[in-house]
Amino acid sequence: MSVSSGSPIITPQTLPTWRQKEAEPFVRIEQINKQFGDFTAVNDVSLDIYKNELFCLLGGSGSGKSTLLRMLAGFESPTSGRIIIDGVDMSHVPPWERPVNMMFQSYALFPHLSVEANVAFGLKREGLPNHEVKKRVAEMLDMVQLGHLARRKPHMLSGGQRQRVALARSLVKQPKLLLLDEPLGALDKKLREETQFELMRIQDELGITFVVVTHDQEEAMTLATRIGVMNNGVIVQTAEPHEMYEYPTNRFVAEFIGNVNLFDGTVVTDERDSATIHCADIDSLIYVDHGISCAPNQNVSVAIRPEKIRISREAPTEVNNHVSGIISEVAYMGSQSIFKVRLSSSKEVRVTQPNAQRDSGDRLTWDDKVHLSWDADSSVVLTS
Amino acid sequence: MKQHSLALKLSAGFGFVFLYAPIIALIVYSFNESKLVTVWGGWSLKWYAELFRNDQIMSAAWVSLKIAFISATLAAVLGTLAGFVLSRMRRFRGKTIMAGWVTAPLVMPEVITGLSLLLLFVAMENMFGWPAGRGTTTIVIAHTTFCLAYVAVVVQSRLASMDETLEEAAMDLGAKPVSLFFLITLPMISPAILSGWLLSFTLSLDDLVIASFVSGPGNSTLPMVIFSKVRLGVTPEINALATLMILIVSIAVIAAIVIMRRQNRFQKP
Repeated sequence: MSVSSGSPIITPQTLPTWRQKEAEPFVRIEQINKQFGDFTAVNDVSLDIYKNELFCLLGGSGSGKSTLLRMLAGFESPTSGRIIIDGVDMSHVPPWERPVNMMFQSYALFPHLSVEANVAFGLKREGLPNHEVKKRVAEMLDMVQLGHLARRKPHMLSGGQRQRVALARSLVKQPKLLLLDEPLGALDKKLREETQFELMRIQDELGITFVVVTHDQEEAMTLATRIGVMNNGVIVQTAEPHEMYEYPTNRFVAEFIGNVNLFDGTVVTDERDSATIHCADIDSLIYVDHGISCAPNQNVSVAIRPEKIRISREAPTEVNNHVSGIISEVAYMGSQSIFKVRLSSSKEVRVTQPNAQRDSGDRLTWDDKVHLSWDADSSVVLTS
Repeated sequence: MKQHSLALKLSAGFGFVFLYAPIIALIVYSFNESKLVTVWGGWSLKWYAELFRNDQIMSAAWVSLKIAFISATLAAVLGTLAGFVLSRMRRFRGKTIMAGWVTAPLVMPEVITGLSLLLLFVAMENMFGWPAGRGTTTIVIAHTTFCLAYVAVVVQSRLASMDETLEEAAMDLGAKPVSLFFLITLPMISPAILSGWLLSFTLSLDDLVIASFVSGPGNSTLPMVIFSKVRLGVTPEINALATLMILIVSIAVIAAIVIMRRQNRFQKP
């Protein structure tokens, strides 16, 4: 699907598919349940994934994300619910008949076969003629830049090379849907960053829908078109990366993605476009620029990201959204500094500041008395 | 520290002497010129020549090799199946009993195994007329039964250490269960099956007790012939024969060890 160029008018086609109301989902997961004995691994999950998406399932271990992926691949069959891929009900179709391929966390390369034979394995099962298999294997190995290692056995490759063989092997059959289980988990940091961009390039080039499972929120943020955060077998929020970060809908997501300061309080006033909240930890009232639409005096949490808090020695002029405290910890990170500020209620608040100047003579340090403040649109009120 | 390592060396040396001195003596005496087993009369190969002219021993050796080959092969097939069931099937009724049954021959006194098989064969012959009498067939069945246990144990441990995602990956790439087995699982466990086969081969070749129970007239295995000859007095010929058997068994066992080692190295990514 190519975006029509030259037209400055935003047509529905230029919106990402998942934001279009009438768009047909490519993968539709309908009220999927999976029980292992008494344990519910996946609990009533419904999810739509659209064509050309790079969808990340993000969650800790035991959150059910891997089980969901394994059900998409066909290694587990759902206890109840349906999985529809490209219009066909796949809930109980065996893995060898699904138009889906998977890249395993352990890579699962066949140790007794060469790189070439590993990549050719899937094509040979389709019964393609030999020269066709050869051609496509060579193309795929060139794409992942491993053409020169075609005859090696997997144990003679480095971790990064093995990862690329696994990727080539899962892509060579041109699946409609590619599943990736912790694709970058076993790589070191530098290689991981390179591979992230490589994955995005390949996904863009081939136009295959990707579903990635990861526990690494940074990885999910960089890779994904959309993220689904899972916890205890349930998808707690589905959103685009920036939306997930800026507008988490509950405490779990706010704390799971990035760092956050949470203040517990009660609603004082609640109007259509503003609300005030009283927190025991904070001297002033918290003023937010959006309504909460809840009962008065409801208990809520106010989430404020560390980089959205200003820190200074001078008292701010605003009436609301400020609090004072004493710096209890400072960490200089190069590009930014992290401060931990102890409030009078002994709650610790995390604040990060970019180190914009090389040397700002008056550096904040331990035991300095400081004032913290933030804007009305910087905080998010969470009711659950 | 030094003292410690000396003690270790001494005990290792003692162990080696204890295990191998009798065998070395046997090998040396097989090259003895003298007709008296205990008197050294100079080097000679004449007892080997004598051995190959002895029809009774040669035919017994042929019977033994044939039985060892067939029962090792049967044990490899059945043992692999048993190993699969034990490692792959989640809990099923009677799994514990089956695990016990598979490992029982490893710990059961051979006399009991031999006796119980003999009783079974006799009862079967009375009921169905098969196996008719005792001979090569009954020995093969008996040897298969106890060799199977060794193969099952080796294959089971191999399967347990095998990464199951390999099989999932193969299915994911379009392999149906049958081609999955022949293209992925079998090549992965074949070193275990092969070493199980070699082990079974040597066990069958060595066995005296069970074979004595279940063999019939005219079907004496090599160990049975040796044993009956030794009762009339050890001849240098037997020394030569024993030396050859040690050679065959050592080759098989060393091959089994090498295969298992190579496979382990191969598995490490």
